[in-house]
Amino acid sequence: MTMRLLTTLGTLAAALALSACASAPTELRGTGDLGVVIERATGRVQIVEHSHDSSLGSVDGLGDLSHAHVAFSRDSRYAYVFGRDGGLTKVDLLTRRIARRIIQAGNSIGGSVSQDGRLVVAQNYEPGGIKAFDADTLELLAEVPAEYAPGKFSRVVGLADVPGQRFAYALFDANEIWVSDLSDPRKPVTTRYPAGKQPYDGLVTPDGRYFLAGLFGEDGISLLDLWHPEAGSRKILSGYGRGEEKLPVFKMPHLRGWSLAAGQAWLPAVGRHEVLVADVRSWQEAARIPVKGQPVFVMARPDGRQVWVNFAFPDNEWVQVIDTVEKRVIHTFSPGKAVLHLEFTPRGEEVWLSSRDSNRVTVVDTASFAVRKELPADAPSGIFFTSRAQRIGF
Amino acid sequence: MDRSLLIHVAVLLGLTALAVSAAPAAEPAPTPERQQTLVHMVRQDCGSCHGMRLAGGLGPALLPERLAELPDESLVATILNGRPGTAMPGWNRFMDEAEAGWIVARLKEGFPSLQ
Ligand code: HEC
Repeated sequence: MTMRLLTTLGTLAAALALSACASAPTELRGTGDLGVVIERATGRVQIVEHSHDSSLGSVDGLGDLSHAHVAFSRDSRYAYVFGRDGGLTKVDLLTRRIARRIIQAGNSIGGSVSQDGRLVVAQNYEPGGIKAFDADTLELLAEVPAEYAPGKFSRVVGLADVPGQRFAYALFDANEIWVSDLSDPRKPVTTRYPAGKQPYDGLVTPDGRYFLAGLFGEDGISLLDLWHPEAGSRKILSGYGRGEEKLPVFKMPHLRGWSLAAGQAWLPAVGRHEVLVADVRSWQEAARIPVKGQPVFVMARPDGRQVWVNFAFPDNEWVQVIDTVEKRVIHTFSPGKAVLHLEFTPRGEEVWLSSRDSNRVTVVDTASFAVRKELPADAPSGIFFTSRAQRIGF
Repeated sequence: MDRSLLIHVAVLLGLTALAVSAAPAAEPAPTPERQQTLVHMVRQDCGSCHGMRLAGGLGPALLPERLAELPDESLVATILNGRPGTAMPGWNRFMDEAEAGWIVARLKEGFPSLQ
Protein backbone atom coordinates (compact mmCIF):
# COMPACT_ATOMS: atom_id res chain seq x y z
CA MET A 1 0.00 0.00 0.00
CA THR A 2 2.61 2.49 1.16
CA MET A 3 4.91 1.16 -1.52
CA ARG A 4 2.15 1.68 -4.09
CA LEU A 5 1.51 5.18 -2.85
CA LEU A 6 5.19 5.93 -3.15
CA THR A 7 5.33 4.64 -6.73
CA THR A 8 2.29 6.71 -7.62
CA LEU A 9 3.85 9.77 -6.07
CA GLY A 10 7.05 9.07 -7.92
CA THR A 11 5.22 8.83 -11.24
CA LEU A 12 3.34 12.00 -10.46
CA ALA A 13 6.51 13.88 -9.64
CA ALA A 14 8.12 12.66 -12.83
CA ALA A 15 5.06 13.69 -14.83
CA LEU A 16 5.09 17.11 -13.20
CA ALA A 17 8.78 17.57 -13.91
CA LEU A 18 8.16 16.56 -17.52
CA SER A 19 5.26 18.93 -18.04
CA ALA A 20 7.24 21.69 -16.36
CA CYS A 21 10.07 21.46 -18.85
CA ALA A 22 7.75 20.96 -21.82
CA SER A 23 5.98 24.24 -21.09
CA ALA A 24 8.70 26.84 -21.18
CA PRO A 25 7.57 29.38 -18.60
CA THR A 26 8.67 28.55 -15.08
CA GLU A 27 8.63 32.00 -13.48
CA LEU A 28 5.53 33.76 -12.29
CA ARG A 29 4.56 36.63 -14.56
CA GLY A 30 1.60 38.90 -15.24
CA THR A 31 -0.33 39.06 -18.51
CA GLY A 32 -0.88 42.82 -18.87
CA ASP A 33 1.94 43.19 -21.42
CA LEU A 34 1.18 40.10 -23.48
CA GLY A 35 -0.22 39.84 -26.96
CA VAL A 36 -0.88 37.57 -29.90
CA VAL A 37 0.42 37.88 -33.46
CA ILE A 38 -1.46 35.88 -36.09
CA GLU A 39 0.73 33.99 -38.56
CA ARG A 40 -1.89 33.85 -41.23
CA ALA A 41 -0.72 31.17 -43.62
CA THR A 42 0.55 28.63 -41.11
CA GLY A 43 -2.34 28.41 -38.65
CA ARG A 44 -0.06 29.54 -35.88
CA VAL A 45 0.08 32.40 -33.39
CA GLN A 46 3.06 33.94 -31.66
CA ILE A 47 2.77 35.01 -28.05
CA VAL A 48 4.61 38.32 -27.61
CA GLU A 49 5.26 40.81 -24.82
CA HIS A 50 5.67 44.57 -25.13
CA SER A 51 7.69 45.39 -21.99
CA HIS A 52 10.83 44.31 -23.82
CA ASP A 53 9.36 43.83 -27.30
CA SER A 54 10.01 40.15 -27.72
CA SER A 55 8.39 36.95 -28.87
CA LEU A 56 7.91 34.36 -26.12
CA GLY A 57 6.94 31.40 -28.27
CA SER A 58 4.23 30.14 -30.55
CA VAL A 59 1.17 27.92 -30.58
CA ASP A 60 0.32 25.75 -33.57
CA GLY A 61 -2.70 23.98 -34.98
CA LEU A 62 -5.26 26.78 -35.14
CA GLY A 63 -6.58 26.10 -38.66
CA ASP A 64 -7.36 28.70 -41.34
CA LEU A 65 -6.39 32.07 -39.89
CA SER A 66 -7.26 34.33 -42.83
CA HIS A 67 -9.27 37.17 -41.30
CA ALA A 68 -8.58 35.82 -37.80
CA HIS A 69 -9.69 37.85 -34.84
CA VAL A 70 -8.71 37.59 -31.17
CA ALA A 71 -10.60 38.51 -28.00
CA PHE A 72 -9.29 38.04 -24.46
CA SER A 73 -10.68 36.53 -21.27
CA ARG A 74 -11.48 38.97 -18.48
CA ASP A 75 -8.37 37.88 -16.55
CA SER A 76 -6.22 38.30 -19.69
CA ARG A 77 -4.85 34.81 -19.35
CA TYR A 78 -6.60 33.32 -22.36
CA ALA A 79 -6.87 34.41 -25.96
CA TYR A 80 -9.95 33.35 -27.93
CA VAL A 81 -8.82 32.98 -31.52
CA PHE A 82 -11.56 32.98 -34.16
CA GLY A 83 -10.51 31.35 -37.43
CA ARG A 84 -12.03 31.73 -40.87
CA ASP A 85 -12.86 28.00 -40.92
CA GLY A 86 -15.13 28.36 -37.88
CA GLY A 87 -12.46 27.23 -35.43
CA LEU A 88 -12.63 28.80 -31.97
CA THR A 89 -9.48 28.16 -29.97
CA LYS A 90 -8.85 29.12 -26.39
CA VAL A 91 -5.11 29.64 -26.03
CA ASP A 92 -3.42 29.82 -22.63
CA LEU A 93 -0.97 32.73 -22.91
CA LEU A 94 1.05 31.59 -19.89
CA THR A 95 1.62 27.92 -20.72
CA ARG A 96 1.41 28.70 -24.46
CA ARG A 97 -0.87 25.76 -25.08
CA ILE A 98 -4.31 25.19 -26.50
CA ALA A 99 -6.69 24.99 -23.55
CA ARG A 100 -9.76 24.15 -25.68
CA ARG A 101 -10.68 24.11 -29.32
CA ILE A 102 -13.99 23.64 -31.15
CA ILE A 103 -15.23 24.08 -34.70
CA GLN A 104 -18.32 26.21 -34.22
CA ALA A 105 -19.27 27.22 -37.77
CA GLY A 106 -18.39 26.74 -41.41
CA ASN A 107 -17.15 30.29 -42.01
CA SER A 108 -16.49 32.83 -39.29
CA ILE A 109 -14.95 36.29 -39.06
CA GLY A 110 -14.59 37.06 -35.39
CA GLY A 111 -16.10 37.41 -31.99
CA SER A 112 -16.26 39.20 -28.72
CA VAL A 113 -16.55 38.68 -24.95
CA SER A 114 -19.55 39.78 -22.85
CA GLN A 115 -19.45 42.56 -20.27
CA ASP A 116 -19.28 40.07 -17.38
CA GLY A 117 -16.64 37.96 -19.09
CA ARG A 118 -18.74 34.80 -18.98
CA LEU A 119 -19.74 34.54 -22.62
CA VAL A 120 -17.72 34.32 -25.79
CA VAL A 121 -19.80 35.22 -28.83
CA ALA A 122 -18.82 34.40 -32.42
CA GLN A 123 -20.09 36.16 -35.55
CA ASN A 124 -20.50 33.90 -38.54
CA TYR A 125 -20.98 34.04 -42.30
CA GLU A 126 -21.95 30.37 -42.56
CA PRO A 127 -24.35 29.63 -41.01
CA GLY A 128 -25.17 33.35 -40.85
CA GLY A 129 -25.74 34.46 -37.27
CA ILE A 130 -24.11 34.64 -33.86
CA LYS A 131 -23.42 31.92 -31.29
CA ALA A 132 -22.74 32.29 -27.58
CA PHE A 133 -20.43 29.97 -25.67
CA ASP A 134 -19.49 29.53 -22.05
CA ALA A 135 -16.15 31.36 -21.72
CA ASP A 136 -14.64 28.61 -19.54
CA THR A 137 -15.78 25.45 -21.29
CA LEU A 138 -16.76 26.72 -24.77
CA GLU A 139 -20.07 24.90 -24.34
CA LEU A 140 -22.68 26.26 -26.77
CA LEU A 141 -25.31 28.22 -24.84
CA ALA A 142 -27.32 30.06 -27.46
CA GLU A 143 -27.63 30.78 -31.11
CA VAL A 144 -29.23 33.71 -32.93
CA PRO A 145 -29.56 32.80 -36.61
CA ALA A 146 -29.51 35.89 -38.81
CA GLU A 147 -32.71 34.81 -40.54
CA TYR A 148 -34.00 38.13 -41.82
CA ALA A 149 -36.73 36.68 -44.00
CA PRO A 150 -38.12 33.12 -44.02
CA GLY A 151 -35.29 30.80 -45.05
CA LYS A 152 -32.89 33.70 -45.76
CA PHE A 153 -29.77 34.09 -43.64
CA SER A 154 -27.37 37.00 -43.66
CA ARG A 155 -23.66 37.15 -43.06
CA VAL A 156 -22.93 38.91 -39.78
CA VAL A 157 -20.31 41.67 -39.48
CA GLY A 158 -19.15 44.22 -36.94
CA LEU A 159 -20.06 42.35 -33.75
CA ALA A 160 -19.41 44.47 -30.63
CA ASP A 161 -20.04 43.73 -26.97
CA VAL A 162 -22.00 46.55 -25.35
CA PRO A 163 -23.04 47.15 -21.73
CA GLY A 164 -25.90 45.11 -20.29
CA GLN A 165 -24.75 41.74 -21.67
CA ARG A 166 -25.79 42.91 -25.11
CA PHE A 167 -24.14 42.49 -28.48
CA ALA A 168 -24.65 44.81 -31.45
CA TYR A 169 -23.91 43.66 -35.00
CA ALA A 170 -24.81 44.30 -38.60
CA LEU A 171 -26.28 42.05 -41.29
CA PHE A 172 -24.49 42.57 -44.61
CA ASP A 173 -27.19 40.87 -46.69
CA ALA A 174 -30.17 42.22 -44.78
CA ASN A 175 -29.25 45.92 -44.44
CA GLU A 176 -30.01 45.79 -40.74
CA ILE A 177 -28.44 46.30 -37.32
CA TRP A 178 -29.41 43.80 -34.64
CA VAL A 179 -28.95 44.05 -30.89
CA SER A 180 -29.15 40.80 -28.91
CA ASP A 181 -29.55 40.86 -25.15
CA LEU A 182 -27.92 37.78 -23.63
CA SER A 183 -28.70 38.57 -19.97
CA ASP A 184 -30.31 35.15 -19.93
CA PRO A 185 -27.83 33.41 -22.22
CA ARG A 186 -30.21 30.57 -22.97
CA LYS A 187 -32.95 32.99 -24.04
CA PRO A 188 -31.53 35.76 -26.20
CA VAL A 189 -33.82 38.71 -26.98
CA THR A 190 -33.10 40.44 -30.27
CA THR A 191 -34.20 43.85 -31.58
CA ARG A 192 -33.84 44.82 -35.26
CA TYR A 193 -33.11 48.23 -36.80
CA PRO A 194 -32.78 49.30 -40.43
CA ALA A 195 -29.18 50.11 -41.40
CA GLY A 196 -28.75 51.21 -45.01
CA LYS A 197 -27.18 49.31 -47.87
CA GLN A 198 -24.63 46.57 -47.22
CA PRO A 199 -23.17 47.34 -43.80
CA TYR A 200 -19.62 45.91 -43.98
CA ASP A 201 -18.33 46.40 -40.43
CA GLY A 202 -19.27 48.06 -37.19
CA LEU A 203 -17.88 49.50 -34.01
CA VAL A 204 -19.06 50.87 -30.72
CA THR A 205 -17.73 54.09 -29.17
CA PRO A 206 -15.43 53.54 -26.15
CA ASP A 207 -18.27 54.41 -23.73
CA GLY A 208 -20.49 51.75 -25.27
CA ARG A 209 -23.14 54.31 -26.25
CA TYR A 210 -23.11 54.55 -30.06
CA PHE A 211 -22.96 51.65 -32.47
CA LEU A 212 -21.86 52.66 -35.96
CA ALA A 213 -22.10 50.51 -39.06
CA GLY A 214 -20.10 51.51 -42.14
CA LEU A 215 -21.98 51.07 -45.41
CA PHE A 216 -20.55 49.64 -48.60
CA GLY A 217 -23.64 49.95 -50.81
CA GLU A 218 -24.05 53.69 -50.23
CA ASP A 219 -22.02 56.61 -48.91
CA GLY A 220 -22.70 57.01 -45.23
CA ILE A 221 -22.65 55.47 -41.77
CA SER A 222 -25.58 54.06 -39.87
CA LEU A 223 -25.72 55.19 -36.23
CA LEU A 224 -27.66 53.66 -33.34
CA ASP A 225 -27.76 55.42 -29.95
CA LEU A 226 -27.90 52.55 -27.46
CA TRP A 227 -28.99 54.95 -24.72
CA HIS A 228 -32.06 55.73 -26.83
CA PRO A 229 -32.68 52.64 -28.89
CA GLU A 230 -36.38 53.58 -29.09
CA ALA A 231 -35.35 56.46 -31.37
CA GLY A 232 -34.06 53.92 -33.90
CA SER A 233 -31.05 54.18 -36.17
CA ARG A 234 -30.16 57.15 -38.35
CA LYS A 235 -27.74 57.89 -41.13
CA ILE A 236 -24.77 60.21 -40.80
CA LEU A 237 -22.24 61.52 -43.33
CA SER A 238 -24.60 60.41 -46.08
CA GLY A 239 -23.41 61.35 -49.49
CA TYR A 240 -19.79 61.93 -48.41
CA GLY A 241 -18.78 60.80 -51.88
CA ARG A 242 -20.67 63.79 -53.32
CA GLY A 243 -22.13 61.56 -55.98
CA GLU A 244 -18.73 60.83 -57.50
CA GLU A 245 -18.18 57.27 -58.57
CA LYS A 246 -16.07 55.46 -56.01
CA LEU A 247 -12.81 53.76 -56.91
CA PRO A 248 -12.75 49.97 -57.04
CA VAL A 249 -12.31 48.68 -53.49
CA PHE A 250 -9.64 45.97 -53.39
CA LYS A 251 -9.99 45.40 -49.68
CA MET A 252 -12.82 46.23 -47.31
CA PRO A 253 -11.97 48.78 -44.63
CA HIS A 254 -12.15 47.68 -41.01
CA LEU A 255 -13.86 49.64 -38.34
CA ARG A 256 -12.76 47.71 -35.33
CA GLY A 257 -10.00 50.04 -34.34
CA TRP A 258 -11.70 52.94 -36.00
CA SER A 259 -11.52 55.63 -33.57
CA LEU A 260 -12.49 58.56 -31.50
CA ALA A 261 -9.84 61.19 -30.89
CA ALA A 262 -9.95 64.84 -29.89
CA GLY A 263 -13.77 64.83 -29.72
CA GLN A 264 -14.08 63.55 -33.24
CA ALA A 265 -14.64 60.25 -35.00
CA TRP A 266 -12.00 59.34 -37.60
CA LEU A 267 -13.09 56.88 -40.21
CA PRO A 268 -12.18 55.43 -43.58
CA ALA A 269 -13.99 56.70 -46.67
CA VAL A 270 -14.96 53.71 -48.82
CA GLY A 271 -13.51 53.84 -52.34
CA ARG A 272 -11.77 57.17 -51.74
CA HIS A 273 -8.30 58.25 -50.71
CA GLU A 274 -9.64 60.06 -47.68
CA VAL A 275 -10.11 59.86 -43.94
CA LEU A 276 -13.42 61.36 -42.83
CA VAL A 277 -13.72 63.30 -39.59
CA ALA A 278 -17.08 63.73 -37.85
CA ASP A 279 -17.92 65.79 -34.80
CA VAL A 280 -19.07 63.42 -32.06
CA ARG A 281 -21.80 65.73 -30.71
CA SER A 282 -23.52 66.67 -33.93
CA TRP A 283 -22.25 63.75 -36.04
CA GLN A 284 -21.72 66.29 -38.84
CA GLU A 285 -18.71 66.13 -41.11
CA ALA A 286 -15.90 68.25 -39.64
CA ALA A 287 -13.11 67.61 -42.14
CA ARG A 288 -11.74 65.18 -44.65
CA ILE A 289 -8.06 64.45 -44.94
CA PRO A 290 -6.46 63.35 -48.21
CA VAL A 291 -4.27 60.28 -47.73
CA LYS A 292 -2.11 57.98 -49.85
CA GLY A 293 -4.63 55.27 -50.66
CA GLN A 294 -7.91 53.74 -49.55
CA PRO A 295 -7.75 53.50 -45.75
CA VAL A 296 -8.26 50.07 -44.15
CA PHE A 297 -7.56 50.74 -40.45
CA VAL A 298 -7.86 54.27 -39.08
CA MET A 299 -6.69 54.00 -35.50
CA ALA A 300 -6.18 56.62 -32.81
CA ARG A 301 -3.20 56.44 -30.53
CA PRO A 302 -4.70 55.91 -27.05
CA ASP A 303 -4.16 59.58 -26.09
CA GLY A 304 -5.93 60.71 -29.26
CA ARG A 305 -3.20 63.08 -30.48
CA GLN A 306 -2.36 60.93 -33.52
CA VAL A 307 -4.34 58.79 -35.92
CA TRP A 308 -2.49 56.06 -37.84
CA VAL A 309 -3.73 54.77 -41.17
CA ASN A 310 -2.86 51.76 -43.35
CA PHE A 311 -4.15 51.14 -46.85
CA ALA A 312 -5.79 48.67 -49.20
CA PHE A 313 -3.97 46.93 -52.06
CA PRO A 314 -2.13 48.28 -54.09
CA ASP A 315 -0.99 51.00 -51.65
CA ASN A 316 -0.57 48.61 -48.77
CA GLU A 317 3.13 49.13 -48.15
CA TRP A 318 2.41 52.62 -46.76
CA VAL A 319 1.44 53.93 -43.37
CA GLN A 320 0.53 57.53 -42.60
CA VAL A 321 0.25 59.42 -39.34
CA ILE A 322 -2.25 62.25 -38.95
CA ASP A 323 -1.93 64.94 -36.28
CA THR A 324 -5.44 65.31 -34.88
CA VAL A 325 -5.02 68.97 -33.93
CA GLU A 326 -3.47 70.14 -37.18
CA LYS A 327 -5.64 67.66 -39.10
CA ARG A 328 -2.95 66.83 -41.60
CA VAL A 329 -0.55 64.01 -42.41
CA ILE A 330 2.71 64.53 -40.50
CA HIS A 331 4.55 61.32 -41.37
CA THR A 332 4.55 58.79 -44.22
CA PHE A 333 6.66 55.64 -44.20
CA SER A 334 6.80 51.99 -45.19
CA PRO A 335 7.56 49.42 -42.49
CA GLY A 336 7.43 46.61 -45.07
CA LYS A 337 5.29 45.07 -47.80
CA ALA A 338 1.56 44.45 -47.33
CA VAL A 339 1.00 46.12 -43.96
CA LEU A 340 -2.14 44.42 -42.66
CA HIS A 341 -2.62 45.64 -39.12
CA LEU A 342 -1.35 47.85 -36.34
CA GLU A 343 -1.78 47.78 -32.58
CA PHE A 344 -0.79 50.37 -29.98
CA THR A 345 0.64 49.48 -26.60
CA PRO A 346 -1.90 50.39 -23.89
CA ARG A 347 -0.58 53.92 -23.37
CA GLY A 348 0.53 54.45 -26.93
CA GLU A 349 4.28 55.09 -26.69
CA GLU A 350 4.80 52.45 -29.34
CA VAL A 351 2.89 50.79 -32.12
CA TRP A 352 3.38 47.34 -33.64
CA LEU A 353 2.82 46.92 -37.38
CA SER A 354 2.59 43.64 -39.29
CA SER A 355 4.02 43.36 -42.82
CA ARG A 356 2.66 40.18 -44.36
CA ASP A 357 4.91 40.06 -47.39
CA SER A 358 8.06 41.12 -45.54
CA ASN A 359 7.48 38.47 -42.88
CA ARG A 360 8.01 40.78 -39.97
CA VAL A 361 6.45 42.84 -37.23
CA THR A 362 7.93 46.32 -36.78
CA VAL A 363 7.82 48.14 -33.46
CA VAL A 364 7.83 51.92 -33.92
CA ASP A 365 8.25 54.72 -31.38
CA THR A 366 5.20 56.97 -31.87
CA ALA A 367 7.00 60.15 -30.73
CA SER A 368 10.15 59.93 -32.86
CA PHE A 369 8.87 57.43 -35.50
CA ALA A 370 12.14 55.50 -35.00
CA VAL A 371 12.05 51.75 -35.45
CA ARG A 372 12.62 50.16 -32.05
CA LYS A 373 12.65 46.56 -33.12
CA GLU A 374 11.85 44.15 -35.93
CA LEU A 375 10.52 40.72 -35.04
CA PRO A 376 10.45 37.92 -37.62
CA ALA A 377 6.98 36.42 -38.23
CA ASP A 378 5.57 34.18 -40.93
CA ALA A 379 3.10 36.25 -43.04
CA PRO A 380 1.76 38.10 -39.99
CA SER A 381 -1.70 39.67 -40.03
CA GLY A 382 -3.54 40.71 -36.86
CA ILE A 383 -1.75 41.89 -33.70
CA PHE A 384 -3.79 41.89 -30.48
CA PHE A 385 -2.67 43.02 -27.01
CA THR A 386 -4.37 41.86 -23.81
CA SER A 387 -5.29 45.47 -22.93
CA ARG A 388 -8.30 44.84 -25.19
CA ALA A 389 -9.78 42.70 -22.41
CA GLN A 390 -10.49 45.84 -20.41
CA ARG A 391 -12.16 47.78 -23.19
CA ILE A 392 -15.78 47.90 -24.33
CA GLY A 393 -16.36 46.78 -27.89
CA PHE A 394 -13.18 44.80 -28.53
CA MET B 1 -18.55 66.18 -60.39
CA ASP B 2 -19.36 65.53 -64.05
CA ARG B 3 -15.80 66.32 -64.81
CA SER B 4 -14.33 63.71 -62.49
CA LEU B 5 -16.88 61.19 -63.67
CA LEU B 6 -15.66 61.85 -67.19
CA ILE B 7 -12.09 61.35 -66.13
CA HIS B 8 -13.00 58.05 -64.48
CA VAL B 9 -14.75 56.87 -67.57
CA ALA B 10 -11.83 57.93 -69.73
CA VAL B 11 -9.35 56.13 -67.45
CA LEU B 12 -11.54 53.05 -67.43
CA LEU B 13 -11.83 53.04 -71.20
CA GLY B 14 -8.10 53.48 -71.49
CA LEU B 15 -7.49 50.58 -69.14
CA THR B 16 -9.91 48.35 -70.97
CA ALA B 17 -8.24 49.17 -74.26
CA LEU B 18 -4.89 48.38 -72.70
CA ALA B 19 -6.11 45.09 -71.26
CA VAL B 20 -7.64 44.07 -74.57
CA SER B 21 -4.59 44.96 -76.62
CA ALA B 22 -2.31 43.25 -74.09
CA ALA B 23 -4.11 39.93 -74.55
CA PRO B 24 -2.58 38.14 -77.51
CA ALA B 25 -4.69 35.82 -79.64
CA ALA B 26 -2.83 32.63 -78.70
CA GLU B 27 -2.36 33.07 -74.99
CA PRO B 28 1.02 31.91 -73.75
CA ALA B 29 1.14 30.82 -70.11
CA PRO B 30 2.62 33.42 -67.76
CA THR B 31 6.32 32.93 -66.93
CA PRO B 32 7.00 30.78 -63.85
CA GLU B 33 7.96 33.88 -61.91
CA ARG B 34 4.77 35.68 -62.88
CA GLN B 35 2.77 32.54 -62.01
CA GLN B 36 4.16 32.72 -58.50
CA THR B 37 3.14 36.36 -58.22
CA LEU B 38 -0.36 35.47 -59.40
CA VAL B 39 -0.67 32.58 -56.96
CA HIS B 40 0.44 34.88 -54.15
CA MET B 41 -2.01 37.55 -55.25
CA VAL B 42 -4.97 35.15 -55.44
CA ARG B 43 -4.29 33.49 -52.08
CA GLN B 44 -3.48 36.70 -50.24
CA ASP B 45 -5.26 39.62 -51.90
CA CYS B 46 -8.27 37.86 -53.42
CA GLY B 47 -8.16 35.85 -50.19
CA SER B 48 -9.11 38.90 -48.16
CA CYS B 49 -12.64 38.46 -49.54
CA HIS B 50 -12.70 34.87 -50.82
CA GLY B 51 -10.66 33.40 -47.94
CA MET B 52 -7.04 32.29 -48.14
CA ARG B 53 -8.24 28.74 -48.77
CA LEU B 54 -10.74 30.19 -51.26
CA ALA B 55 -13.57 28.62 -49.29
CA GLY B 56 -15.54 31.86 -49.30
CA GLY B 57 -16.05 34.95 -47.19
CA LEU B 58 -17.57 38.19 -48.35
CA GLY B 59 -17.09 36.75 -51.82
CA PRO B 60 -18.26 33.22 -52.73
CA ALA B 61 -16.06 30.11 -52.58
CA LEU B 62 -13.77 29.76 -55.62
CA LEU B 63 -13.37 26.00 -55.33
CA PRO B 64 -13.53 23.60 -58.32
CA GLU B 65 -16.93 22.10 -57.32
CA ARG B 66 -18.54 25.54 -57.39
CA LEU B 67 -16.85 26.88 -60.50
CA ALA B 68 -17.17 23.77 -62.68
CA GLU B 69 -20.51 24.82 -64.15
CA LEU B 70 -19.55 28.44 -64.85
CA PRO B 71 -18.18 29.36 -68.29
CA ASP B 72 -14.54 30.51 -68.39
CA GLU B 73 -15.24 33.70 -70.33
CA SER B 74 -17.69 34.98 -67.76
CA LEU B 75 -15.31 34.21 -64.90
CA VAL B 76 -12.47 35.96 -66.73
CA ALA B 77 -14.73 38.96 -67.37
CA THR B 78 -15.71 39.04 -63.67
CA ILE B 79 -12.06 39.05 -62.61
CA LEU B 80 -11.02 41.74 -65.07
CA ASN B 81 -14.01 44.06 -64.79
CA GLY B 82 -15.58 43.19 -61.45
CA ARG B 83 -19.33 43.05 -60.87
CA PRO B 84 -20.92 46.47 -60.53
CA GLY B 85 -23.26 46.74 -57.55
CA THR B 86 -21.35 44.06 -55.64
CA ALA B 87 -18.11 44.08 -53.65
CA MET B 88 -16.21 42.37 -56.48
CA PRO B 89 -13.73 44.90 -57.95
CA GLY B 90 -12.14 44.66 -61.42
CA TRP B 91 -8.46 43.67 -61.50
CA ASN B 92 -7.54 44.76 -65.03
CA ARG B 93 -4.99 47.25 -63.67
CA PHE B 94 -3.00 44.34 -62.31
CA MET B 95 -3.34 41.53 -64.85
CA ASP B 96 -4.20 40.97 -68.49
CA GLU B 97 -6.78 38.66 -70.02
CA ALA B 98 -4.35 35.78 -70.52
CA GLU B 99 -3.35 35.94 -66.86
CA ALA B 100 -6.97 36.03 -65.72
CA GLY B 101 -7.58 33.01 -67.97
CA TRP B 102 -4.65 31.21 -66.36
CA ILE B 103 -6.10 31.95 -62.91
CA VAL B 104 -9.53 30.63 -63.92
CA ALA B 105 -8.01 27.41 -65.30
CA ARG B 106 -6.06 26.89 -62.06
CA LEU B 107 -9.13 27.66 -59.91
CA LYS B 108 -11.11 25.02 -61.80
CA GLU B 109 -8.51 22.32 -61.23
CA GLY B 110 -7.73 23.25 -57.62
CA PHE B 111 -5.59 26.31 -56.99
CA PRO B 112 -1.84 25.90 -56.27
CA SER B 113 -0.63 26.50 -52.70
CA LEU B 114 1.70 29.30 -51.68
CA GLN B 115 5.38 28.43 -52.09
C1 HEC C 1 -13.28 43.29 -51.91
C2 HEC C 1 -13.74 41.93 -51.98
C3 HEC C 1 -13.27 41.04 -53.10
C4 HEC C 1 -11.99 40.86 -53.56
C5 HEC C 1 -10.70 41.46 -53.00
C6 HEC C 1 -12.07 39.90 -54.64
N1 HEC C 1 -13.36 39.51 -54.82
FE1 HEC C 1 -14.03 38.18 -56.24
N2 HEC C 1 -15.95 38.49 -55.61
C7 HEC C 1 -16.33 39.28 -54.55
C8 HEC C 1 -17.77 39.22 -54.41
C9 HEC C 1 -18.59 39.93 -53.36
C10 HEC C 1 -18.23 38.38 -55.44
C11 HEC C 1 -19.69 37.99 -55.74
C12 HEC C 1 -20.28 39.00 -56.69
C13 HEC C 1 -21.74 38.72 -56.92
O1 HEC C 1 -22.50 38.83 -55.96
O2 HEC C 1 -22.09 38.40 -58.04
C14 HEC C 1 -17.06 37.93 -56.18
C15 HEC C 1 -17.10 37.08 -57.29
C16 HEC C 1 -15.99 36.54 -57.91
C17 HEC C 1 -16.03 35.57 -58.97
C18 HEC C 1 -17.28 34.98 -59.59
C19 HEC C 1 -17.68 33.77 -58.80
C20 HEC C 1 -19.05 33.31 -59.14
O3 HEC C 1 -19.51 32.43 -58.41
O4 HEC C 1 -19.66 33.83 -60.06
C21 HEC C 1 -14.74 35.26 -59.30
C22 HEC C 1 -14.25 34.27 -60.33
C23 HEC C 1 -13.91 36.08 -58.45
N3 HEC C 1 -14.68 36.84 -57.62
C24 HEC C 1 -12.53 36.06 -58.49
C25 HEC C 1 -11.71 36.93 -57.77
C26 HEC C 1 -10.30 37.02 -57.95
C27 HEC C 1 -9.45 36.15 -58.87
C28 HEC C 1 -9.86 38.00 -57.11
C29 HEC C 1 -8.45 38.55 -56.95
C30 HEC C 1 -7.72 38.88 -58.15
C31 HEC C 1 -11.02 38.50 -56.38
N4 HEC C 1 -12.13 37.83 -56.82
C32 HEC C 1 -10.98 39.47 -55.38
C33 HEC C 1 -15.50 40.03 -53.74
C34 HEC C 1 -14.13 40.17 -53.90
